Amino acid sequence: MSRIGVFVCWCGENIARTVDVDCVVDEVAKLPGVRCAVNYKYMCSDPGQTMIREKIASEKLDGVVVASCSPHMHLKTFRKAAQTAGLNPYLLEVANIREQCSWVHSDRDEATEKAIELIRLSVAKVKNNHALEPIKVPVTRRALVVGGGVAGIQAALDIADAGYEVVMVEREPSIGGKMAGLSETFPTLDCSQCILTPRMVDVGQHPRIKLYTYSEVEAVEGFVGNFEITIRQKARYVDITKCTGCGECAKACPLKKNKSEFDFGMGTRSAIYMPFPQAVPARPVIDKTVCAMLTRGKCGVCAKKCAAGAINYEDEDKLVKEKVGAVVLATGYKLYSIGKQDGPVAGYGEYGYGKYKDVIDSLQFERLLSASGPTNGEVKRPSDGKTPKNVVFISCVGSRDNAKGLTYCSKICCMYTAKHTMLYKHKVHDGQAHVFYMDIRSAGKNYDEFVRRAIEQDGAKYYRGRVSKITEQDGKLIVRGADTLAGEPVTIEADLVVLAAAMRPADGVTELAQKLNVGCDQFGFLMESHPKLRPVETNTAGVYICGAAQAPKDIPESVAQASAAASKVQITLSSTELTREPEIAHIDEKMCAACFRCYEACPYHAIEKAEVRNRKGELVKRTARVNAGLCMGCGTCVSVCPSKSADLEGFTEQETYAMIESLI
Amino acid sequence: MNLGYYPGCSLHGTSDDYQQSLKACFGALGVSLTELDDWICCGATAAHMLNRKLSIALPARNLALAVRQGCDELVAPCSMCSMQLKKAQRAMVQDAALAEEMATIVEAKPGATRVLNLIDVFERVGLEAIKTAVKAPLKDLKVACYYGCLLTRPPEVVEFDDCEQPESMDRIVEALGATAVAWNYKTECCGAGMTMANEETVLELSHKILADAAAHGAQCVAVACPMCHVNLDMKQAAIEARYGTKYGMTIYYLCDLVGLALGLTPRALGIDRHFAGRNA
Amino acid sequence: MKIPTQGDSIALLESLSQTKFADCYQCGKCTAGCPRSAHMDKMPNQLVRLLQLGQVDAALGSDAIWQCVSCETCTTRCPKKVDCAAVMDALRQVSYERGLTSKQQAAVVLFQKAFLDSVRRNGRVNEVEMIAQYKIEGFAAMRRLGFLFDGALLAPQLQMHRKLHLIGEKVRDRDLVRRIFARCMEVKE
Repeated sequence: MSRIGVFVCWCGENIARTVDVDCVVDEVAKLPGVRCAVNYKYMCSDPGQTMIREKIASEKLDGVVVASCSPHMHLKTFRKAAQTAGLNPYLLEVANIREQCSWVHSDRDEATEKAIELIRLSVAKVKNNHALEPIKVPVTRRALVVGGGVAGIQAALDIADAGYEVVMVEREPSIGGKMAGLSETFPTLDCSQCILTPRMVDVGQHPRIKLYTYSEVEAVEGFVGNFEITIRQKARYVDITKCTGCGECAKACPLKKNKSEFDFGMGTRSAIYMPFPQAVPARPVIDKTVCAMLTRGKCGVCAKKCAAGAINYEDEDKLVKEKVGAVVLATGYKLYSIGKQDGPVAGYGEYGYGKYKDVIDSLQFERLLSASGPTNGEVKRPSDGKTPKNVVFISCVGSRDNAKGLTYCSKICCMYTAKHTMLYKHKVHDGQAHVFYMDIRSAGKNYDEFVRRAIEQDGAKYYRGRVSKITEQDGKLIVRGADTLAGEPVTIEADLVVLAAAMRPADGVTELAQKLNVGCDQFGFLMESHPKLRPVETNTAGVYICGAAQAPKDIPESVAQASAAASKVQITLSSTELTREPEIAHIDEKMCAACFRCYEACPYHAIEKAEVRNRKGELVKRTARVNAGLCMGCGTCVSVCPSKSADLEGFTEQETYAMIESLI
Repeated sequence: MNLGYYPGCSLHGTSDDYQQSLKACFGALGVSLTELDDWICCGATAAHMLNRKLSIALPARNLALAVRQGCDELVAPCSMCSMQLKKAQRAMVQDAALAEEMATIVEAKPGATRVLNLIDVFERVGLEAIKTAVKAPLKDLKVACYYGCLLTRPPEVVEFDDCEQPESMDRIVEALGATAVAWNYKTECCGAGMTMANEETVLELSHKILADAAAHGAQCVAVACPMCHVNLDMKQAAIEARYGTKYGMTIYYLCDLVGLALGLTPRALGIDRHFAGRNA
Repeated sequence: MKIPTQGDSIALLESLSQTKFADCYQCGKCTAGCPRSAHMDKMPNQLVRLLQLGQVDAALGSDAIWQCVSCETCTTRCPKKVDCAAVMDALRQVSYERGLTSKQQAAVVLFQKAFLDSVRRNGRVNEVEMIAQYKIEGFAAMRRLGFLFDGALLAPQLQMHRKLHLIGEKVRDRDLVRRIFARCMEVKE
């Protein structure tokens, strides 16, 4: 016979005002198997919990029902109390007589009646509960960081400094991301490379960071605590262990006129090239699409010049496997492609980007401003190299645009446009900056003051309105915009036009996310678990996100999110074992017919196709098996199993039927 | 190839030189036209300006006639007509209640006849076929291809070419051996139906077009709309007088140029009935 | 400025133009691309703003709606897919029906009316008949002698180019045309 204790909470007035708790206690005490029933004002309080513990001991209870608020609130609290008293926590159930009773009914008699029924259900269930033990999963105490921009760098350094090994995978030949190519950053106008490169060097030299550059994540197997990552190291054609980074190869290379990726097309580079002077690793890479030796078997000058003998034309992609316990995705962003259609997102034909040389985007302008850029920091028109005296900056190109397909605000453009006007003015003293904007979004610390400085002190002219069309006439760009505040069309003859293009997720992110079962929103940004309370976690245990990959954001926010993701990783890696709630699915392998409907249905890919073998190694039968590390206890397999081999611990068929029968 | 033909009021009126030209040109290309019997005005500017229902009903009537007369494809050489026909079709496709209402108003059921503009017809014949048929290539002729407003806008309605940087007419002109100049006013408005009621508008806007064409080295302008033709051609003298500039620019219908390249005479194409320009 | 209540006019205008005025976020791109904005008393975005504020009469009485050449640039470029050209059409229709058309733009209104009258009578536009009506009604409205004779020299020029067609075409089923008109609009004689 069961020995169940029922504890009915008043929840102050929340329950007691509508439910007659004394009456409830009297009635439920009569239920078969109930050993004792008491009520108390605040069951979740210390005295309340003490009461539960004492009763468990004194009455030798083997099951507890707490009739109170929703289990979302205090189930864990009460289960801990039971555990302290020596009762398996999974032998305690909560009957919700607040949200499901006193808060939604006004008639006292009916509410009391219902409360009794709800407790009857829980008592019937508890009688059938099994004692369960938390599941332990081993943890590989290493982390993977995908993406070597400022967010990835911050996350990697935090995790590594906390004592864990980090594997960093970066697609480009050097880490640094977009920040390495910026000139100065708002609102301090710090030199971007000056503040970033020390961090890059730290990553490159950190004893616990294993850096794979010019590499991509090829495949992911496993689950939280136990990921196996396959990394493709793309062929660099340069042995970075032999190479000394002297740069003679790049100097000698005869093919010098290739568009530089780092300069976003504003400058050129040779076929064998160093990504940029402060690259980490400071090693060159060969562009196999243009290199004469690799495409036609001719040349070979760089190998001849190389004193260290580091050039290897026979290099091939390599696949490497790494085991990690947690993954951080920090894949960053790219800019909206203004001139052409990119999948479902249309281009802006009306601005002439791609048609007129002097219409460029914001990252291209950064390279013109940058002291280490293709023009050595002098602002020059791409068409004729002259200094532009009138520069028009257009905000919201691609973003906040239902017609083109990107409805969101790209967040950073208002700030960097103000920055652009200031840097332009500092370099071209008699130049005039014109900004066409819709709104000014400058919500950070010292941000609004920064924008006002651009207008009030550095003389930038701001017109509130959009630009409809740009045409070219006699070497000047005719920009047709409007100022809605004055109610007038505004036409500017500009020497240079800079378009603030929207931030979009980097190419290939959707495919990468699929490998990790991480969702993306309709724009391709990685999906957080909860936009308010869990911004760096995903719905896949052990995988975290940070930076612009999650949504448009600036450097301070990217860094903050990176540290947040790092702290989440540290929680995951904090012990050699991970504890998981045991309320997961279980498959009776004796009964399983191996139809694998559960395998198809499981949204978490938590069912495995397993084989049962005898001692001789012969196959006895096939069966489905639940991976305790991945199962989230949703119960889908239980509902699709035709042989009733699948069941959910904590919510078994037996427990559920008992609840239903108790009502009939 | 046989196509249905919806001339619209202009091609039977002041702009019947356009009709003359396209009939001669199509004839040379083996395209025969069957005029829609008892067609009515599409409503042009006036209908959409003053009454939305009417602006859909008048084209709907014509679309119903097309169905009745077994016409799958209908060439409407005036861009206002072709746009209004497409617009009415689209509105009725998107709103079933509206389609029913229109069927009652026009006492027949409008259908899904494909509406073609002048350039569509040449694309159907095929650039390669046109190139082969060219007897007198228009070498050294620099043409500014002027699309005007309604060939490419609104893009969801007309679904033709690119609304910011169209190239369809340019490709045809190039196939004739001429040079299509790159210029800025391909799709800027000429002033449309304001010719009589607000002449200043037409003079100002059309002047900008001619000035830009000239500034980019064009010797002549090619159009595919009778309204654009009137504003740039018939009004050219007034523009020259108002702005003190001499253009002398011939305004060709696209079919004029195709016809000339095929070896037809200017007289046969009605080019002698144009007002302006003889410098090309 | 008092903000008056919306009333039925807004619902009517939104229905005619198949747009929701609240969608417009006043970016001004329509104004920026409009070839006539420099001549308008109210910019296109300002007209939509007036409607957002419920100031229907101010919009209906504006010059701007009759200066508009219906080039569809505004609609094509609007980032919020507001059909601004259709809003202009809706304003014109209601303005005309309620007799609120701006006095300065009387010529434009009368021209379009003359056009439609000719179509109603003949099924197709009879250019000579249309211009005659336009000139007569215009003179009656504006009392300017010059108006009568503006563009009179065009006639002989057209004749020279064999473009003057004195006899217009008449559609056979003219009664149907009249019925269509009657079903769509109140005919102003």
